[in-house]
Amino acid sequence: MKRRNFIQAAGLGLGGLMMPIPMFGESVDPSVFLNSGMEVSQKKQLADVALQAAKSSGASYADVRIGRYLNQYLFTREDKVQNIVNTESFGAGIRVLVNGTWGFSATSEVTTEGIAKATKQAVAIAKANSRLQKDPVQLAPQKGYGEVAWKTPIQKNAFEVPVSEKVDLLLAANAAAMKNGANFVNSALFLINEQKYFASTDGSYIDQDIHRIWPNFTVTAIDPKTNSFKTRDALSAPMGMGYEYLTGKGAGKIAGPTGTGLSLYKNSYDIIEDATAAAKHAKEKLTAKSVEPGKYTVVLEPNHLGLTIHESVGHPLELDRVLGYEANYAGTSFATLDKWKSKTFNYGSKQVTIFADKTQPGSLGAVGYDDEGVKTKRWDLVKDGILVNYQAIRDQAHIIGEAESQGCCYADSWSSVQFQRMANISLAPGKEKCSVNDLVKDVEKGIYIAGRGSYSIDQQRYNFQFGGQLFYEIKGGKIVGMLNDVAYQSNTQEFWNSCSKVCDESDYRLFGSFFDGKGQPSQISAVSHGSSTARFDGVNVINTARKI
Amino acid sequence: MAILSKEEAKQLLTKVLGYSKADECSISLNNNHGGNIRYARNTVSTSGEETNMTLSVQSSFGKKTGTASINEFDSASLEKVVKRAEELARLAPENPEYVSILGPQQYAESKAYFDSTGKIDPEFRANVAEKSILPASKKDITAAGFLEHSSGFSSIMNSKGLFAYHTQSDLNFTVTMRTNDGLGSGWVTRDFNDAAKLDSGEASEIAIQKAIGSRSAKAIEPGKYTVVLEPAAAVDLIENMMRSFNARNADEGRSFLSKKGGGNKLGEKLLDERISIYSDPLNAEVPGSTWTNDGLPRKRTDWIQNGVVKTMAYDRFWAQKKGTEAIAFPSNIIIPGGNGSLEDLIKGTEKGILVTRFWYIRSVDPQTLLYTGLTRDGTFYIENGQIKYPVKNFRFNESPVIMLNNLDAMGKAQRVNGNLIPPMRIRDFTFTSLSDAV
Repeated sequence: MKRRNFIQAAGLGLGGLMMPIPMFGESVDPSVFLNSGMEVSQKKQLADVALQAAKSSGASYADVRIGRYLNQYLFTREDKVQNIVNTESFGAGIRVLVNGTWGFSATSEVTTEGIAKATKQAVAIAKANSRLQKDPVQLAPQKGYGEVAWKTPIQKNAFEVPVSEKVDLLLAANAAAMKNGANFVNSALFLINEQKYFASTDGSYIDQDIHRIWPNFTVTAIDPKTNSFKTRDALSAPMGMGYEYLTGKGAGKIAGPTGTGLSLYKNSYDIIEDATAAAKHAKEKLTAKSVEPGKYTVVLEPNHLGLTIHESVGHPLELDRVLGYEANYAGTSFATLDKWKSKTFNYGSKQVTIFADKTQPGSLGAVGYDDEGVKTKRWDLVKDGILVNYQAIRDQAHIIGEAESQGCCYADSWSSVQFQRMANISLAPGKEKCSVNDLVKDVEKGIYIAGRGSYSIDQQRYNFQFGGQLFYEIKGGKIVGMLNDVAYQSNTQEFWNSCSKVCDESDYRLFGSFFDGKGQPSQISAVSHGSSTARFDGVNVINTARKI
Repeated sequence: MAILSKEEAKQLLTKVLGYSKADECSISLNNNHGGNIRYARNTVSTSGEETNMTLSVQSSFGKKTGTASINEFDSASLEKVVKRAEELARLAPENPEYVSILGPQQYAESKAYFDSTGKIDPEFRANVAEKSILPASKKDITAAGFLEHSSGFSSIMNSKGLFAYHTQSDLNFTVTMRTNDGLGSGWVTRDFNDAAKLDSGEASEIAIQKAIGSRSAKAIEPGKYTVVLEPAAAVDLIENMMRSFNARNADEGRSFLSKKGGGNKLGEKLLDERISIYSDPLNAEVPGSTWTNDGLPRKRTDWIQNGVVKTMAYDRFWAQKKGTEAIAFPSNIIIPGGNGSLEDLIKGTEKGILVTRFWYIRSVDPQTLLYTGLTRDGTFYIENGQIKYPVKNFRFNESPVIMLNNLDAMGKAQRVNGNLIPPMRIRDFTFTSLSDAV
């Protein structure tokens, strides 16, 4: 049972969120972030207590995760700091396999006694539940790695940057938006550091230090005469990076298609420049033309397309959903095993190769090893349009004939049991040289869509609807102006089969979802989706304007 | 730690307050014991239990505030957490919107705690799952369900003499039943403060019948339809509307409750005149806390009366600025419906669609409160007062404001997700596309 506190963040769009912002752990003084926490040698000693206790109680397998989770969230509006949240959570989770059944227990008492007690409880739960188990758990073999370590390759630890410096940056972005015509601006910075120690009876002792960052804002412009308001969210992406994401002044940024004037960011984000542009965009939206519904060619920018990939490819290809474990909550999947076995199921057109990758630098899902001690890797899900694989963990690998886990097991806390979570799922860039202007110039009647907006998809991942942040009309191969009230509806297979071209790798960049929700009790997970700008033909666009 | 009595909580909070040297100090103490069981593929997948007690201290010097929390209760730890909150307050930036803490308040007592829920053990949970799985497996159906429960107390005290104490228990059960051929799916939800009211067998049977009845659904054209919304279908859109009943956003011109030329829609007719919406933590069917985290009393509040906007939520800063009373967001939503049953509403429908629930509801346009989402787990075509056949699921694009203006009829309100919501018949509900999902 998770009774988590949730933070109110009124005024923030926070596109891509599945749920309110969870607050983990106890409120602390940010100076505790600078402590390094428990020594690795001590963690190993405690982990061995659990592994020994589990084995002597009849467990055929056991793993221990000793985790320290640090979160810092900063919220501002206009010229004010609204809230600064600093939390630390420390404890251990023990998972055992007894009589072919899983048992799990967690404790905040990270001592020999606390760990031994939790192990005993995990064993007792496994034994109690084993009488209901129809098929014993089959665990894919996994070699032990001995004592190893992995760290997100950050240049600057954001937790070491003084709070005042971070606040000043957000307030400077707010000021830039206000100066350029915004009526309101809310901004936020989310920082996460997971210090995870994993040990298992396979002989692995893995120490990992994982960092994530997400700067975000929503700018609002108002016209009281017409009683209308429009917003524009940040075009940042949450990243598996340090504070260097915010200090590089947008190095490596890409220009949007000619006629949009957009700056689109890769591994460095210029929040001041984006807030300035956002204010102008929000004002421009107040008078932009309302879209004529109908069939359009849509040209989708990576910061938008990422969420479409997440919902229509990432989720349906999670093996636990395919098998029915999520039937009562997130749902099942249209991508059933027979479609995969046929080796002929056209998930998309020949342009579409989609891969899972837990090693992509800068991505949210990048780790050295997953939460059951499996070294991470890259594998294809859709190859040249054909469905070729799923995402599976150790107790599922045998179902799809894999000899080993794909390394996508995750728990959002030491107190949560690990389960299959989405890897970074990305659309491979096109092999031919192609810029975004090359894509646009062949479009007779189309819409260029940038940024994440409204999103909804059915429980088997067929029918979806997506909005965006910015919509530009394309006529005769040229951007002709901004549009309002745009959303597109499609069916997953139809949509990916309408993909006619993908830009080359010079346009490739990451989008991310910071708080993806799954499971009961619900757990969050952070995941990135890379792509280059891609074009889809004959997509149904609706007009979302209403009168109340 | 077990549930502390009101006196025990008061003693502990008084002790902690004694350590405070700040201008203002508020302390909250929350205890929760909870458990859950999850099943899928007709077998239990996970089950767990957790007890937690947290003490949180908020200290202020002038307009600077710091918060710290702890889950250890020895004197040294308690003194340390107060000191830490004070150190953080001194370092914090000034909050120009800081409002001085409340003085003593009068709170009504709400009976929201039931021992039946507080005493739930692993056997209770296993029985709930078993009574759901067994009937499913006998009928070539696969059950996936989740039960979670919690019980505990919360208490607050501040340096101006405010003290509040509340005990509550909650239980929530959902189950999805799917036919093994993958062609039918049914779902049901139940929630109570009192676990003795749960009959997972009865609830599961409804979901099983829906699963069987929804097999081989026909595709009908999307468009505007009369819909009969079960309370579980209507509740999400109504909850979303009430979450947006924020006076500040309305006054700032960024809400569906903003008025042309400035100001908000207080006193204006927004919905059909048969719609009244109020909240009341003392309602015996949906009891809740009579105070908010900052000590504001929660009383019966009329939000919509005969279609007219009567109240919006004002936080304490905005209320002070506007010279009005602070009003907390509703803890429950009560819509007094009619007297008839869901079946009566179906009988009175010439042509329409019965909706069990909506799924994946997301905001499309906050200006009009337009939402999109899909029907799920039991969608049926009604003709001449009878359910004729199952239909494929639809995507909708609709605003609860438009929906509650297109009201045709209402039945008797039922508890759903802590609210009392009637089944409703709505004209011209907008379905924009078909989904193949079962």
